[in-house]
Amino acid sequence: MVAGERDLRLDLFRGIALWLIFLDHIPTNIVNWATLRNYGFSDATEIFVFISGYTAAFVYGRAMRDRGFIVATARILKRTWQIYVAHIFLFAIYLAEISYVANSFDNPLYGEEMGILDFLRQPDVTIMQALLLKFKPVNMDVLPLYIVLLGFFPPVLWLLLRNASLALVASGVLYALMWTFGWNLPAYPEGSWAFNPLAWQLLFVLGAWCALGGVQRLSRVIASRVTIALAVAYLILCFAVVMTWYVPRLAVLIPHTVAEIIYPIDKPNLDILRILHFLALAVIVVNLLPHGWAGIHSPVFRPAIVCGQHSLEIFCFGVFLAFAAHFVLTEISSRILVQVLCSAAGIVLMVAVAEVLSWYKNLDRKGSSPRPPFTQADLAGGGA
Amino acid sequence: MKAIKKAIMKTMRLASCGRGISAGLALVLLMPVFALAWLQISSQAWAETPADCRVAETQLDNSFPLPRVEAAISNKKLAILVLGAGSSRLPGPQGTLLAYPARLQSALAQKLPGVAVTVVADVKLGRTARDMLADMRAAVAAPPRPALVVWQTGTVDAVRSVDPEAFTRTLTKGVTAAKAAGADVVLMNMQYSPRTESMIALGNYADSMRWVALQFEVPLFDRFQVMKTWNEMGTFDLYRDTKKMDIAERVHDCIGRLLADLIIGAAKPGGAVPPIDVK
Repeated sequence: MVAGERDLRLDLFRGIALWLIFLDHIPTNIVNWATLRNYGFSDATEIFVFISGYTAAFVYGRAMRDRGFIVATARILKRTWQIYVAHIFLFAIYLAEISYVANSFDNPLYGEEMGILDFLRQPDVTIMQALLLKFKPVNMDVLPLYIVLLGFFPPVLWLLLRNASLALVASGVLYALMWTFGWNLPAYPEGSWAFNPLAWQLLFVLGAWCALGGVQRLSRVIASRVTIALAVAYLILCFAVVMTWYVPRLAVLIPHTVAEIIYPIDKPNLDILRILHFLALAVIVVNLLPHGWAGIHSPVFRPAIVCGQHSLEIFCFGVFLAFAAHFVLTEISSRILVQVLCSAAGIVLMVAVAEVLSWYKNLDRKGSSPRPPFTQADLAGGGA
Repeated sequence: MKAIKKAIMKTMRLASCGRGISAGLALVLLMPVFALAWLQISSQAWAETPADCRVAETQLDNSFPLPRVEAAISNKKLAILVLGAGSSRLPGPQGTLLAYPARLQSALAQKLPGVAVTVVADVKLGRTARDMLADMRAAVAAPPRPALVVWQTGTVDAVRSVDPEAFTRTLTKGVTAAKAAGADVVLMNMQYSPRTESMIALGNYADSMRWVALQFEVPLFDRFQVMKTWNEMGTFDLYRDTKKMDIAERVHDCIGRLLADLIIGAAKPGGAVPPIDVK
C-alpha cells in the first residue's frame, strides 16, 4: 500500500512552498508578484499543510505498523515538542526585533501603529500567553497549527490505518461542525487563531489519507480528462476573480449574487474555495509530474528538494530571514534591486543551510561509530 | 528565484511534449504579463492634483455613487462626519488643523464654490471599529445630520487582533446604520507603515474592508495602497525616523485632497464614473 521509497515530488513542492512562504513574509517585495497567492485563492500554506500530513502518515504510519501504537505516538510527540521549541525560539527573535523598533523609531504619522509595542509594557502576561500558544505575532501562526495537528495525530493515524475512509469522513464532519458552530481556539489579547486547527486538520488528514493508499484509489479520477478540464477551468476562474482585487474597476464585473456567495474567502477557517483551488492545482501537478517521473533527479530540482527535506529547520530559518530582509529594506534601502537581491540571497541561504543539514545527517548515518545508524523516523521531516 | 524559474521552464517543456494541457500552461505563462500590465496601469498619474499627491487613478476608484452627497451639494450645504482613530489626527497644538479631516474641508470648500462645507471630526486614539459604532449611530441621527460618514478604521483592530469576523460584522452594522439614517459612507483603510509592517497583520482586516465596501456598494479610500505608492515613488519617505511634522503634514494634506477628489467624483450628477472607462 505504501511505497517503500520516499516520494521526492513531495520534498520538491514542500521546498518550493517554503521559498514562497519566505517571499510572502517579506512585507514590501516586488518578487512577491511571482508567488502563488497573487493568482488564485490558495497559497503556499495549503501545499505545506497537505504535504506535511502526507509525510507524517508515510513516516509514522510505517512506525505504527512495525513497532506499535506506543512507539509511534512517542515519536510523534517528540517531534511535536521539537516544533514547540522551534516556535519559542522564533518568538525570542520577534521580541528582539520589536524591542529594537520600539527604542529606535519615532514618527508623528504613526502614533497609532506604535500601539503594537504596548505589550512590551507587560512582558509577564505576554510571554506567558506566548508559551501557551495564545499570543502569536505576525507570521508565527503556522508552527502552532502544526503543534496542534501533530499533537492529536496519534489517534487519527490509528484510525487511518484501520479504516482510512472513515477517518477522512470524520475529519470532514469536524470541518463541517466547525463551520456550523464557529468553533476555533482562543487567542490573546483577543480573537481566535489565524489558522483554525479545526479547519486546517481537514487538509492535513486528506494528505495523510492520500499517503495511505488514497492516491492509488483516486488515480483513475485524477487522470481523467473531465477532472483535468474542471481543474483548469476552476483555476482560470479563480485567476480572473483575483485579478479584480488588483483592478477595483473590474470588481463590478462579478455579479452581485456571485460575490455574495464567494466573499469573504476565509483563510483562518480554510474556505472550501481555497481547498478546491489547492486540489485543482494538485490535479494538474500530479498529471504533469507522474509518480516515478525520472526528471525529478535532475540537479535543477536539487535546491528545492533539499530544502523540503529539512522543512522544520528551513521554515524557521525562513521566518528569521524574512525579518532580516525587512530590516535591510527599512534600514538600508528599499529599492527594487535591493528587494530582488534580498529575496535571492534568502533563498540561496536557505538552500545552503539545508545542504549543511543534509551533510550533518549523512555524518550521523555513515559515522564510523559502532552504534546503530541514526535513522529516526521523525528526522525524515514528518512534522513540519 | 532563478532555480524556480529554471525548474518551471523545464517542467513545462517536459510536460508540454508529453501531455496537451495547454490551457493550464497558457495560464501560467500569462501571469507575469498580467502583473506587468497592472504595474503599467498603476504608473499613470492622477491628474489635477499637486505633484506631491499623484497616485494611480485605479487606486482611487469611485465606481460606487454617493447620492446623498450629490443631493447635499445641489442644496449648497454639505455636512461630513469623519469617524476615526489615531491615524486621523496629528499630534501637537496645530494637529487638528493640519490633519486630513480639516484638509478635506478646505479642499472641498475650494472645489465646491458656493457650497457650505462642514467637516466634523470625531477622532480618538486607540478606538476599534466596535468602539466607534455607538458614536456613529448617535452622530448620524443628531443634527447637523451628515450627508456623508468617512469611516477610518482597521489599524487598532489589527493591533489588538480583534476577531476578523467580528470586525466584518461591526463594519456591516456601521455601514447599515449610516445608510439607514440617510448618510452615504466612505470607508478608509489603514496607513502604510513600513517600519511596523512585519509586526501588524493588516491583511485580514484590509480584506474585510474591501469586501464590505463591495457588498454595500460604498467607495473605499485605499489609504494603504496610496501611501505605499508614495513610498515606492519616493514622493514621501515614510521610513524616516523623525520628530518633525513636515512630512506628516504633507501626507495628511494629500490625503485630504485625494479624499475630496474621490467624494466629488462619486457624487457627480448621473452617478459615478463608469466602472470601466476608456482612457
